[in-house]
Amino acid sequence: MQDIAVTCQIDWPGFALDVDLRLPGRGVTALFGPSGSGKTTLLRCIAGLERPSRGRLLFKGQIWQDERTWLPTHRRPLGYVFQEASLFPHLSVLGNLHYGLKRSPGARPEGLERAIELLGIGHLLARQPDTLSGGERQRVAIARALAVGPQVLLMDEPLAALDLKRKQEILPYLERLHDELDIPLLYVSHAPDEVARLADHIVVLDAGRAVASGPLTETLARLDLPIRLGEDAGVVLEATIGAIDDEWHLARVDFAGGNLWTRDRGLPVGHRARIRVLARDVSLAVADPGPSSIQNRLDGIVDSLGDDEHPGLLLVRVQVGTSQLIARLTRRSAAQLGIATGRPVRVQVKSVALME
Amino acid sequence: MESWLTNADLQAIWLTVRLATTTTLILFLLGTPLAWWLAKSRAWWKQPIGAIVALPLVLPPTVIGFYLLVALGPHGAIGQLTQSLGLGTLPFTFWGLVVASVIYSLPFMVQPLQNAFEAIGERPLEVAATLRASPLDTFFSVAVPLALPGFVTAGILSFAHTVGEFGVVLMIGGNIPGVSRVASVQIYDYVEAMEYANAHRLAAVMLVFSFLVLLAMYLWRPGKRKGI
Repeated sequence: MQDIAVTCQIDWPGFALDVDLRLPGRGVTALFGPSGSGKTTLLRCIAGLERPSRGRLLFKGQIWQDERTWLPTHRRPLGYVFQEASLFPHLSVLGNLHYGLKRSPGARPEGLERAIELLGIGHLLARQPDTLSGGERQRVAIARALAVGPQVLLMDEPLAALDLKRKQEILPYLERLHDELDIPLLYVSHAPDEVARLADHIVVLDAGRAVASGPLTETLARLDLPIRLGEDAGVVLEATIGAIDDEWHLARVDFAGGNLWTRDRGLPVGHRARIRVLARDVSLAVADPGPSSIQNRLDGIVDSLGDDEHPGLLLVRVQVGTSQLIARLTRRSAAQLGIATGRPVRVQVKSVALME
Repeated sequence: MESWLTNADLQAIWLTVRLATTTTLILFLLGTPLAWWLAKSRAWWKQPIGAIVALPLVLPPTVIGFYLLVALGPHGAIGQLTQSLGLGTLPFTFWGLVVASVIYSLPFMVQPLQNAFEAIGERPLEVAATLRASPLDTFFSVAVPLALPGFVTAGILSFAHTVGEFGVVLMIGGNIPGVSRVASVQIYDYVEAMEYANAHRLAAVMLVFSFLVLLAMYLWRPGKRKGI
């Protein structure tokens, strides 16, 4: 009863959405897919901003929608962050934050104080929205949504309207939300790097249908899906900083199955972090290749093979300890090396992205 | 002032102000929900209703006045109704003028409001809903403040247009001092009687008033704040 069960059917001219999902009641769930895949529409259905022709929504045991019930948006215990901050221009920052708080009998002022602290907007309270930068506005919008004391936070591509610099400014705050909020967060995005950083669970949408739904690491390691991620196919691993090499400015990240060296980002030993390894940065060898500039080498066993977008390419999933990596090879090199399921291989990792 | 304008002039001006104020207040009450509906509705009969609201913009005032005179008169549908309610008939009374002015100035209230409501878009209303505001609450706490410039424009235009009314007044109100002889009719009387000096004074008052109203409207631009 602690999860979110959503059935949503919409049939508009030129667009159809038909999903039946169970989403976890905690952590960050990414609704991921290309534009037009229906991810925003699905989020709007959950918020009650769109009314599906047939739908059913059970939120942690509360009926938000079924054949007889339709809970309007203002009576659903949710917070919503739109793509553009959409602050009320006639109210100050504080007025915006109080707007929802005043109307939520259950919400406590401490919740607002915590939201202001979480998003670092204490110095902006007296300002008018039009004097804020895009990043500041979006942080206020997130705090405003949190101030109502929601039981779920819905975010519709909150970073999409921002430039790279503003994104980098907000991402740490989103990570804090991920770590500190005990409510589920549904996050719509088409950016694989945001999903890799923030999500625990991922729903992949395509042309109005959910083509996959599952824990992030497992789902990203599925070979039938990376096609949809294109160049960004790869895996995300939970890791810990295991050692720092001060002389060479490198950090060792330990994950279940081995360790990899990457640039030292100043994180202390013992810090938990996510690493992302893209398929294009992984190469395979059947014997030890000898000295090479690629020093991250792991032993693994080929687990399965899958098609890539291009007929000349192949995706190979390799089991390394209890973790899985995906490598992108040409079909020719795979054939020449005799890559097949069960074959032991040396895995060379050219680059590792530390997500924090 | 009193040595300059005659008592009859002052009476006409006072009547005009009273008529325009009453009309504008009633129009705010009627025009606001109508404009909101026109801005938000997707019904097919929204366009025909919009066209009916705009009719006074193109119809000669005499046509509106004529139909009103018939409808409000002792044999008209509305006249029968007011008589059965013990109110008598409305033509040639102050309230008859108010009814006529409300209809005559309706587009000047509804169209600026409708434009202002449409300019808000759906997003602020959706945001308010996600912040627990009911639709009525959203209307007063978000739509009205954001449409405030539209309310000011609509109020000024309705007031000024009612002040400038002439043909409909003559048709429905006649020319009764203190009841229906508004400033524009008074000027007409002066000209009819060849009292050009009197006509000049009152006409000048109307001209200055109209200019000031329009000037105020052009200068007053709230909500257009500087910055991004």
